[in-house]
Amino acid sequence: MEIQYKYHPDHFKNSEPTVYTEETLKSGELLINIGPQHPSTHGVLRLEVISDGEIVKDVVPHLGYLHRCFEKHAESVPFNQVLPYVDRMDYMAAINSEHAYAMGVEQMLGISEQIPKRVEYIRVLVAELNRIASHFVAIGTYGLDIGAFTPFLWLMRDREHILRLLEWVSGARMLYNYIWIGGLFYDLPVGFEERCLQFIKYLKPKLDDLDKLLIENKIFIDRTANVGVLPLDLAINYGITGPMLRGSGLKFDLRKVDGYSVYPELDFEVPMGKGEMGKTGDCWDRTWVRAQECRESLKLMEQCVEQLISTHKRTREFDPRALVPKKIRPKAQDFYIRAENPKGELGYFFRTDGRADVAVRCKARAPSFVNLSVLPEISRGVMIADLIAIVGSLDLVLGEVDR
Amino acid sequence: MNIEQIIKDVEISLSFKMVLDQGLNSPECFILEESQIHGICQFLHEDSRYYFDQLSSLTGLDNGEAANTMEVIYHLYSIPKDYRMALKVILPRETPEIDSVADIWRTADWHEREAFDLLGIQFKGHPDLRRILLPTDWEGYPLRKDYQEQEKYHGMTVKYDRDELKNGDTI
Repeated sequence: MEIQYKYHPDHFKNSEPTVYTEETLKSGELLINIGPQHPSTHGVLRLEVISDGEIVKDVVPHLGYLHRCFEKHAESVPFNQVLPYVDRMDYMAAINSEHAYAMGVEQMLGISEQIPKRVEYIRVLVAELNRIASHFVAIGTYGLDIGAFTPFLWLMRDREHILRLLEWVSGARMLYNYIWIGGLFYDLPVGFEERCLQFIKYLKPKLDDLDKLLIENKIFIDRTANVGVLPLDLAINYGITGPMLRGSGLKFDLRKVDGYSVYPELDFEVPMGKGEMGKTGDCWDRTWVRAQECRESLKLMEQCVEQLISTHKRTREFDPRALVPKKIRPKAQDFYIRAENPKGELGYFFRTDGRADVAVRCKARAPSFVNLSVLPEISRGVMIADLIAIVGSLDLVLGEVDR
Repeated sequence: MNIEQIIKDVEISLSFKMVLDQGLNSPECFILEESQIHGICQFLHEDSRYYFDQLSSLTGLDNGEAANTMEVIYHLYSIPKDYRMALKVILPRETPEIDSVADIWRTADWHEREAFDLLGIQFKGHPDLRRILLPTDWEGYPLRKDYQEQEKYHGMTVKYDRDELKNGDTI
């Protein structure tokens, strides 16, 4: 079979032409391509940078290098078979995406009230574990981008513990397919709760170490404070959500606002950027918010484990698949569900016709996609080195940007 | 959010009546004419009683050849008031054209580019309507229900006949 790329010099120009051309560039301006294969773009993101010396005049992101047709798949296969595809959108926090998707379909089916409390607590427990793992990658690689190597290694070491815990739960390291529509793949393995408590105890001092090593480090502050300042009104107008919006100084967390799952029963704080080291909404604030959120996630996990070993204990009769529907056929409706992912608001829009167990349309509103769109706005007039710092602070996952 | 109240307020300010979609919708959805969308979005964004400052999502949708329509669905959220609503515009399938709202919410910029890219909906007044996820020289709009993929792209096979994949071939 012929699978052959035939080279032609015009291919690049035709498939992904630059916005700026020789005619539109002013005197002294230079067009630089950063990416798609560049470590500091966190994946296959291509930035067309127009620079004048060291100063960035404009940035044009080019996306789509990791486009895997999620929305087309989602309207071709039944709801329960979409879940593995959902994992592959935000592959750093697969469980959070699954949670949002499963909640959406359950609410469409009208079974969300019947989901056992134990299932909900397990979902929140694993989702928060995954949120910490995602933030660790965000902070670690961000440090790496701007020259701090050790925190990356430390955070990867601790993330490894989380991945092993989740592997124990689901059998997979990154793409879990653990939360099912109507329940879970399996109950927690015996001894998991205790191991979780041990892990929480282990991780708490490590987060303090992280603060000392990276977040409060003078070099790190010099590099990130007052860089890439995102004012709140601009952030809201661009639809920015998640740690970026909170970094810009708005206490807005969908876990609190919408209060889905068992989050209303749990006690946690929503950290908010205050501009301690520079202006509110700079790169430092965003990173600080992520570091604080790891602590809050630990708090949430502690409470979940407490519930799971006392009120909602493991029993012999408990079957996490009891409510998993054999045939998922929601009534004809339009439905929009949103949930707080580590990156921001993950939304799914479903259109169902009530005649098939396949959605007519399933749109994913990916937080990274929306968060990336603000990049040109906040990086005009900065130095190229700061552009790298800004891109890192957005915490992009290209799997989700391109879907 | 009071549905009657918002219909009344819109009628007073913009002198037309919004129609509530009677189907099962979450959040509540209003059906609008294509010419009304920019005005109503401007009103909802700026009016202090509603203040829909966030465009959560903008979805393009193809209803297929039988219905011969396309839809654009806007999901709005008001952070200070905690209101949610959706707006729906039905467009003809041959010439899907609608006013851009990118000047009201900058979020719409990329979402509209995506709808243009995958469904071929034209947004009038959009600052930079280019393809966003697919290559510029890709043919057709994949999320249309009657989409047929092209045979070749730069010499690479795009369209596979499943029956041909027999002798241990993989894609």
